[in-house]
Amino acid sequence: MAGRIKIRAQKKGDITEVKALMRHPMETGMRKDEAGEAIPAHFITEVVVFHGDQTVMQGHWGAAVSANPFLGVRFEGGEPGDTVRVTWEDNQGGTGEGQTTIR
Amino acid sequence: MTTMKAKPISRRRWLQWTLVLGAAAALPGRVWATLVRPDAAFGATALDQALAALGDAPSAHEGIEFVTPDIAENGAVVPIRVAVDSAALPNVTKVSILVEMNPNPLAASFNIPLGTEVYIETRVKVAQTCTLYAVVEADGQLFMQSRETKVTLGGCGG
Repeated sequence: MAGRIKIRAQKKGDITEVKALMRHPMETGMRKDEAGEAIPAHFITEVVVFHGDQTVMQGHWGAAVSANPFLGVRFEGGEPGDTVRVTWEDNQGGTGEGQTTIR
Repeated sequence: MTTMKAKPISRRRWLQWTLVLGAAAALPGRVWATLVRPDAAFGATALDQALAALGDAPSAHEGIEFVTPDIAENGAVVPIRVAVDSAALPNVTKVSILVEMNPNPLAASFNIPLGTEVYIETRVKVAQTCTLYAVVEADGQLFMQSRETKVTLGGCGG
């Protein structure tokens, strides 16, 4: 199931500010459910932020990033109307993607 | 017995392979570093182990602004911010966030291409009151800033 990402990209002076909110359980693999069974680890491992086709940020994540992760980054050179895209991959092969235009 | 004669590699093939391998080897280390997940650092279960996997021991640097709450009511969602003043500390290519007492201290590691501000906001889990570290790589050297966050409710709750 591909998760959707809420993104906002806003130009402030020379800088474009990107805020992305992803929907993901970010399960550590160390918790147990009510029956005492271990809940398998399920977390985002890779996140990439693109401006057009250029990578502006690439992150490797562990399970210690909070559930429904938030990421804020800033880059130079964006113009209103340009596309900003965020993608993620998790440890179970899941992916997520979202895009917006800079305003 | 089947006969499998090794075909002698042609001169052309040989040249092609040499070129391909040469090109791969010539890729700057930075390109490789951004693609490969630092598994050893993520797998480390102690802070010094994780730091060692990232590189040389980091020295404290005032140019790194690291903001974390003094007290986090909910350890499962602790907002953090790392910003580096490029005048004080230029050429930053990597930012890592470590939480001392977590089962795996390394929480996240970001690669920063040229033209991107060294500025990251995110939220991490903090298992218990401890020190959080922002470790920054610039020109192959590691620098850090640390902050203590008190946690009133652990990040592993459930």
